[in-house]
This record gives sequence, C-alpha cells and structure tokens, in this order.
Amino acid sequence: MSHRLPTVHEMAAAIILLARASRMIEWLSSPRTIVAAILVLLLAVLPLLTQAFDQRYLLSIGTRIVIWSIAAISLNMILGYGGLVSFGHAVFFGIGGYAVGILSASGLQSGWLQWPVAIAASVLWAALVGALSLRTRGVYFIMITLAFAQLVYYVSAGLEAYGADDGLNISRSRFPGLIDLRDKASFYWLCFVLLLGTLWFCSRFANSRFGFVIRGAKSNDQRMMALGFPVFRYRLAAFTLSGAFGGLAGILLANEGAYVSPAMMSWVKSGDLIVIVVLGGMGTLFGPLYGTIAFFVLEESLKPLLDLVHKGWGEYWQIVFGPMLVLIALYAKGGIDSLLGPRHEGRRHD
Amino acid sequence: MIEPLLRTDRLVKRFGGLVATDTVSIDVRPGEIHALIGPNGAGKTTLVGQLTGNLAPDAGTIHFAGRDVTRLPTHARVRLGLARSFQITSVLREFTALENVALAVQAHAGHSFRFLADVRRDETLRAPARQGLEAVGLGARADTLASVLSHGEQRQLEIAMALAGDPKLLLLDEPMAGMGAEESQRMIGFLQALKGKRAMLLIEHDMDAVFQLADRITVLVYGRAIASGTPDEIRANAEVRQAYLGDETAEVA
Repeated sequence: MSHRLPTVHEMAAAIILLARASRMIEWLSSPRTIVAAILVLLLAVLPLLTQAFDQRYLLSIGTRIVIWSIAAISLNMILGYGGLVSFGHAVFFGIGGYAVGILSASGLQSGWLQWPVAIAASVLWAALVGALSLRTRGVYFIMITLAFAQLVYYVSAGLEAYGADDGLNISRSRFPGLIDLRDKASFYWLCFVLLLGTLWFCSRFANSRFGFVIRGAKSNDQRMMALGFPVFRYRLAAFTLSGAFGGLAGILLANEGAYVSPAMMSWVKSGDLIVIVVLGGMGTLFGPLYGTIAFFVLEESLKPLLDLVHKGWGEYWQIVFGPMLVLIALYAKGGIDSLLGPRHEGRRHD
Repeated sequence: MIEPLLRTDRLVKRFGGLVATDTVSIDVRPGEIHALIGPNGAGKTTLVGQLTGNLAPDAGTIHFAGRDVTRLPTHARVRLGLARSFQITSVLREFTALENVALAVQAHAGHSFRFLADVRRDETLRAPARQGLEAVGLGARADTLASVLSHGEQRQLEIAMALAGDPKLLLLDEPMAGMGAEESQRMIGFLQALKGKRAMLLIEHDMDAVFQLADRITVLVYGRAIASGTPDEIRANAEVRQAYLGDETAEVA
C-alpha cells in the first residue's frame, strides 16, 4: 500500500464525484421526486390493489385516469410548454375513438389496422387545424380551435349510420395472441405502459432542441423569430404531435368503454382538459398526471358527499369544484406541482 | 466602390395618410458603422421594422448580401446574416443567460426538429454560448435567469444573442436606451472593439455615442433622409442643424 498524497487531479475528480452524488441524493430526496415515484408505483400496482380489496369499480376509474392523463400530457405539450390555449383538445378523443369505432362497425377489428389509422386521422386533423389556427393569436386561437372541435362534434352527432347522438357500441380492438383488451387488468396495464411512454417522451421533448424552441416561443415569439426560428413551423409540428398523443388517448377511451359517442368530444371535455393541466401545473412533467388524479378524485368524492348532504345535490359537484379552482388559480399559480417546492434547480433567482 | 451589404432603394411605407418612410435610400457597407438619427417620430422604428421583415414596405426594395430580401420573412433574413437587437429589451425571461445565447446559437445550427437529445448537455451549443457571454462580459452570470439580470446586463445579453449567429450585419435599435452613463460608456467601448469586424446599422439617441462610433450618419426627419455623410459633414450641414441637432452641435463640436 502506497502512502503518497493524492494528486491535485485525483482530489478534483473526487470532489466532482462527491458533488454529483450529493446532487443525485438531493434529487432523489426532493418531495417532487418522491411524490411522483409513489404515484407511479401506486398506478403500476393498481389492478393488484383493486383485486385484493375487491373494488373493480376503482380499476375502471383508474383506467380512465391513466387515459385522461395521456390526453392531458399531450395538451400540456402545446398549452403548458407552448403557451397555446387550444380549446378543442377533446376532439382528439373523438377522432381517435370514432376511427376505431367506425372501422370496428365495418367489421375491421384488428388493432394493428385500427390504431395506426386512428393516429393518422388525428395527425391529419391536427395538421389542418394547426395550419389555420396557428396564424392567429390569443382569443382568436381559442375560438378557432373550439370551432373546429365543434365542427367534428356536430358531424359525429349527425352520423346516423353510427348511432348519431346516441353513440355506437363497439367491440374492442383485437391483438390476437398478444393481448386481450377485454381483460380489465391487461387493458389497464397497456394504458399504464402507454402513459409511461408518453411521460418519457414528454420529458425528453421538454429539454430537446425542439422543446426549447416551443418554450422560447411561449416566452417571446417575436424574439425567437428575430433569432432566426421559423416559429410557425415548429408550433405546427408541436400541435400535430400533441394531436397524435390525443388520438392515442381517444383510441384507449373507446376501448375502455367499448363505446364511442359525440359526448366524448363535447367542448366541456376540452374545458376539463384545460382545467386539469392548469390545476396540475402547466409546463411541468407530472402536472397533468396530478391534475387528472385530483380532478377524478374530487369528482368521485364530491358527488357522493353532496348526495349525502342532500339527495340529488351530487349533480352539482362543480359548484364546489369551481371555487376550489379559483382558489388554486389565486394562491397556487403553478398548480399542484408548485406545492412540491421550487423548480429550476441549479438556476439562480437572485 | 465596394458593393454595399445592405441597401434600400426608394423605400416607402404609409400608415393611412401619414408617410412614415418617404422614399428612403440608404446603404451599409461591409465593416462600417452607419448611424441613423432623427427626432422622435422621424420614422426610425418604421424603417427598422421594414429592414427586419416585421413590416412590409408599400414601395421600394431592400437588398441584403446581394439578394432582394424585400418579401423575405424575418427568420429567413436572420439566416442570411441580418441580426438585430431591440429598442425595448427583448430577452427570453424564463431562461438563463446561457440558455438565451445557446438558443441563438441553435437558431443557426440547422433545423431544430430534434426531440430527444438533452439540449442542456449539448456542448456544441453551450460552448459557443459561453464564449459569447464572456465576450460581452456576462460570463459570471451564465446561470442567472434573464428576468433577474439588471437592465444593462439584459442589453449586453441581447448583443450576445445578436452576435451568436456570426451575423454580417448588426441592426442595433437604441442599444444604449435606458442605460446609465457608465454602462453606456462600456457599451460604446464594446461596439468600438467590434468596429471593422462587423457592419452595423446603429439607431441611437445618444449623440455622444453616435459621433464617437459612426463612420457615416444619415439623418431622418418626417420619414425623409435629409442628409447623409461623415460625422463632420453632418455637423457642418445647415439643414441638419436647423432640423435636428440644434444646440447639441455646440457641445459635440
């Protein structure tokens, strides 16, 4: 064993290693990481829990939470990171759902056919709507995205061959030999894996070159153009990407209930999605997930609670929910995510 | 005669009955500082808007680096090497100083349809960005959010962003606006050091700065370029003295 003193290089390397390790521990022990990890773990084992406690109904709510989270994350890509208030995002529930439904009603049951067609339809619609709406700003953008969504809504309500207003019962997509979507637990896990994939993509997207252009344009789009970025093109790509993930959520929603209807894409659902993203924390990775969980949990618990107070009041749960949103808007600007501590580690705010 | 880098030919812009740019023909040669001065309402901002592509002229043409860019959108002109700083400080407030400059570097590093690689570890962007910050004296503030930088620092940051793409021409819209005397002097020194390496079109109210820096000066009044020449010629020009410089000439001269 040698007794020589460590060289300067060795000492420097050790210090860097220690600094990295301490940053790692800091990250692992931050409330933000812990809460996200616990939630993801809980979601991962949800079917086991609902089976153990014999609460099948909860698994159905859990599945919808996971699907809505995917939609909320996709909206967050443009709303949260891009600052584009699209008030028609539920239309992708409808387009994804109806693509599956119409193919299914035509006897084409294969998921390998249905799913790519549904995504392609969502992408095309998003590209068309984006190309027209992204030329406008502010309130006009909100109204145009809403108008296009309403257009699809009324078209679907007029489709006599596919149930019109009443919607359409469908059989679930078939993936022979791979997975049976009629099995509630299997379907849940499929949705969960797709949620993980969406989260992973969003985490990469947010800090990629593309994501920085989108976020920079939210901060100051004139500046971004003056830097040489063709902002419109990047926004259109983001809008289209967001539509693709929204369409995926639509596919899953149709398979969850084995049913599609115009109500899937009513403007109220688009509003709910915005509320979820704002409630959870715009432009944050896990915000949309928090928002969805909070939204569903509040809906499911406020209804019976109010019914308990007076029979029939449960219908009006949003009378209580609304003021809660106002409070969050006033006192927790960054949504639920901001309650978990400050963001932008490593940046100086002095 | 050297081919000018930027040239406008009888540019006209009207807002209703008001002629904000009245058949203006100016040019900027490679490496020179050409200052554009004029009282408030002379149409400087309108002219800048047309040069950057934010406003479309009603008549006339703009040539840059040998191309007709009159109908080209802003981002395409920037790609050709026409960078600008803003009159009202315009930085990305939610981003750090380093990220601001890194984005400026990114704008010139091919397309940005890259969705997966982490930009915060991309040394091809960060290394030149760090250099750019050092060059304007903001090296120590790299990880500070742009929103908390002082006004003077934000102006320096803007210059670093404008320089990031290695532009042929810098369009500086009142770079000294809102700066203290000391900050102004530092900025003048910085631009002086840059002189000769890059062409600049300088729009500035600070006459000291203009006469220190400019190779040529054009005076804009009511949308018209009433005079153009070297600082000495402008000082001596009777029409300019009457229309604009007034008593200030005594101090400067």
